[in-house]
Amino acid sequence: MTMPSTSTQAEWPLWEVFVRPKAGLDHKHCGSLHAADAALAVQLARDVYTRRQEGVSVWVVRSSDITASDPGDKAMYFDPMADKVYRHPTFYELPAALDHM
Amino acid sequence: MAAALAGGSIALELTHPLRYVLRLADTALIHAQRLAEWCGHGPVLEEDIALTNMALDLLGQARALLTHAAHLHNGVQGGGLDEDQLAYLRNEADFFNLTLVEQPLRKSSAHAPGGDFADTVLRNFLLATWFKAVWMGLSSSTDVELRGIAAKAVKEARYHQQHAGDWVVRLGDGTPESARRLQAALARAWPYTAEMFAGDAVDEAASSTGLGPARASLRGAWLSEVQEVFAPALLPVPADTPFLSTGTQGRHSEHMGFILAELQSLQRQFPGGRW
Repeated sequence: MTMPSTSTQAEWPLWEVFVRPKAGLDHKHCGSLHAADAALAVQLARDVYTRRQEGVSVWVVRSSDITASDPGDKAMYFDPMADKVYRHPTFYELPAALDHM
Repeated sequence: MAAALAGGSIALELTHPLRYVLRLADTALIHAQRLAEWCGHGPVLEEDIALTNMALDLLGQARALLTHAAHLHNGVQGGGLDEDQLAYLRNEADFFNLTLVEQPLRKSSAHAPGGDFADTVLRNFLLATWFKAVWMGLSSSTDVELRGIAAKAVKEARYHQQHAGDWVVRLGDGTPESARRLQAALARAWPYTAEMFAGDAVDEAASSTGLGPARASLRGAWLSEVQEVFAPALLPVPADTPFLSTGTQGRHSEHMGFILAELQSLQRQFPGGRW
């Protein structure tokens, strides 16, 4: 990906924020913010995304460190799965003896 | 009932414990009021929210303390004072906050420079470190209500101290410009820190009855935590000055009246108004 080389250099880098709502659950992506470094990003994530008791743990990841699939590849990546219902376990009928699985 | 003064103000019968609680309540209240001036004006959106969160934490502490102060007053005098009356209907001389928190923060004036973000992070750090020591001292108070307030508030103060302390290091060890501004902010704030550790009969009574720590006893812990942040921030600890501000005695700087005018105007114009 090419970025304009000058326009954003004076800004703090962007971070993606993941919050764990409570013990035992997964961290979930909840948004992004700008911060000078990782330590400040964690503090600001606490202030921006957990101020209404949303979480018990915060992760931050530099947005630029995330490699994403190309939206242009959507058709070949994801459409072929549309007609393959047999990949769901519910497609198969279980013998009566296993009915409570 | 508390006696009424001209203009709808209330007059208080001040005992030592009431003064002690009001000093903490008013310091939290006025500091919150100053920090709230940043709302919508933060240097970046994220820090705007962080500063406003802190202001709300402090306002919550002030509310709990003012409610407790009202109980103390009602217990001695009877009557139905509450937190709102204490915040909105006291005259200036009945406020007992540290003078430091009255000083202009975001908006500068001809008589008070400042208005620099460095002033804000430094004042936050100096005060959060002080409040943390106060709350820890109150964890063994003979007053069970104060103990409860302190147990909740100490967690908030710890975070305020970490966040503001990080900023002090960032600015102090940042660019020559940020270091210069932080040093100027320190020169402005430091003379007012003496009042954090002054002592009088109110402190002595609190200490001897087990209500809470005398201010002078907090200085050791405060200074050592301040030095822990000043060292990486490349800030020298300034020399003490003979100046001693007197907000905790009810004698305030010229800025206090303007703060109260803004804070109290609605209840003064529409007494008892609710919405």
